Amino acid sequence: MRYWNEHFECMSRDEMKVLQSRRLQKLVDRVYNRVPHYRAKMMEAGVEPGDIKSVEDIVKLPFTTKQDMRDTYPFGMFAVDMDEITRIHASSGTTGKQTVVGYTARDIDNWAECMARSLVGAGASRKSMVHVAYGYGLFTGGLGVHYGAEKMGCAVIPVSSGNTARQITILKDFKPDILCCTPSYALYLAEELYASGCSLDDINLKAGVFGAEPWSEEMRKEIEEKLGLKAIDIYGLSEIMGPAVSCECLEQKGMHIQEDHFLIEIIDPETGEHVPEGELGEVVFTTLTKEGFPLIRYRTRDISCIDTSQCACGRTTARMMKLCGRTDDMLIIRGVNVFPSQIESVLLELGETAPHYLIIVDRVGNHDTIEVQVEMTESFFSDSVKYIESLEHRIKSKLDSVLGLNVRVRLVEPKTLARSEGKAKRVIDKRKM
Amino acid sequence: MGVRQISVFLENKAGRLSDVTKVLGDNNVDISALSIADTAHFGILRLIVNNPDLAEKVLKENGYTVSISNVIAIAIDDNPGALAKALEVLTDEDITIEYIYAFTGKTENKALVVLKVEDIDKATALLRSRNIRVLDDSEVYSL
Repeated sequence: MRYWNEHFECMSRDEMKVLQSRRLQKLVDRVYNRVPHYRAKMMEAGVEPGDIKSVEDIVKLPFTTKQDMRDTYPFGMFAVDMDEITRIHASSGTTGKQTVVGYTARDIDNWAECMARSLVGAGASRKSMVHVAYGYGLFTGGLGVHYGAEKMGCAVIPVSSGNTARQITILKDFKPDILCCTPSYALYLAEELYASGCSLDDINLKAGVFGAEPWSEEMRKEIEEKLGLKAIDIYGLSEIMGPAVSCECLEQKGMHIQEDHFLIEIIDPETGEHVPEGELGEVVFTTLTKEGFPLIRYRTRDISCIDTSQCACGRTTARMMKLCGRTDDMLIIRGVNVFPSQIESVLLELGETAPHYLIIVDRVGNHDTIEVQVEMTESFFSDSVKYIESLEHRIKSKLDSVLGLNVRVRLVEPKTLARSEGKAKRVIDKRKM
Repeated sequence: MGVRQISVFLENKAGRLSDVTKVLGDNNVDISALSIADTAHFGILRLIVNNPDLAEKVLKENGYTVSISNVIAIAIDDNPGALAKALEVLTDEDITIEYIYAFTGKTENKALVVLKVEDIDKATALLRSRNIRVLDDSEVYSL
């Protein structure tokens, strides 16, 4: 099975635009009439449903942020009555009040549709056995994958998270071919698998669909090696729907966005303006078909870029690249937006050092300076000063051109910089504003 | 062939050199020659020791970036003009020296000179043909 829904996944860009424009018009009309909060915001911005005729007009609409959800907690932004809602999910609320989302039966079905497309893209088929180790509950991961895999006709194993020993027994005894969980849990499973004396011969995984947290290409390689599978990146957030807003295919060259359901924009987080295709910016989503909890121009604070060229897999849907961090991590240096993960990408691409770095930003006089410290690795250490200086120079030229800044590069001894995914201290900003 | 020299990547930070030498001392590695190539941010410490394999192992275990390279060690008279005479041999044959360091005192009235060149075998043969004493590696390790 190559595609789950060839019509929507492979339609021409022009057809997609027509479809999106029609759906956007209907959506704007619906929220204006049903959600007082949206109506108030649109009136304040001086825009009416009639002003929105195509996807290009979306820029006339105000953005929606997490704050809007807090202001209308818990159900103020639902666009249908509670008797039409069939499911409620909520985010953990670690960074404030929890956000609550509601789905109609049709929303749940559309979500399962998006998930089925994603799973097929990752190489699953009706014959697959899908091990779901995302948590089941208010978190969208478990149930999100579950409904999609069930819709496809897969044999779903709803293990949920936790109880690692049992997960390993299932991997060994049932031999599922598809594993769905967070990437860090996949690595943990691999370690525990080896610790229990098993090897790759004891399991039968073909692909893993991993998401719900940031992970690097380096981590991908490690998971693929240890579990003998293709590690596929899946993206989603509960506000928009849950996992399967976008997902990689086996080409692993960006996550195909289910554009008939979700309209993506990439903006400069400072100005709110669109950035040219291929440039990094904040991901903004509009849910084109959601009934229960539609969102208009929701600022995800995730950083990525898009590519609308046709993928080698045949799909025509736009692809968003692996997340490059959060807008909260963005640095502005001499007026240039810098995302720390851009530096990791450069280091991985050059492949001559460890992808571990520390950015030190300072202000000397009125001038911002940026220094990047990079860890030396054993395999690239040479006895020659000339070689090391030219390595520093190669890193510097690449960083200068990618960031558009004059970067100072310093090689440091191995294992002297903090590592770990996500929350490692990557930036020291000494500027006093 | 040649003599196995240990190179260690060091950041220019206080205490790094004393840390390396402590690791070696604690493991009974005897340093017979040492030099540092330094730049504004980092240095490469180069060492000739009695047991290069052990030195490499313990330094790696302690998290240092280490590489081993082969160098030539020659013994020349500790007299004015002796070094120039030896180097002339290499210059005549267009053999360039990447770096050099020297020390005295271990062998009676001799200076020991460590040379890094691209083609060790060629340089060794050439030096020997001109009666300049090139030390065997075992001789160097037992200094």
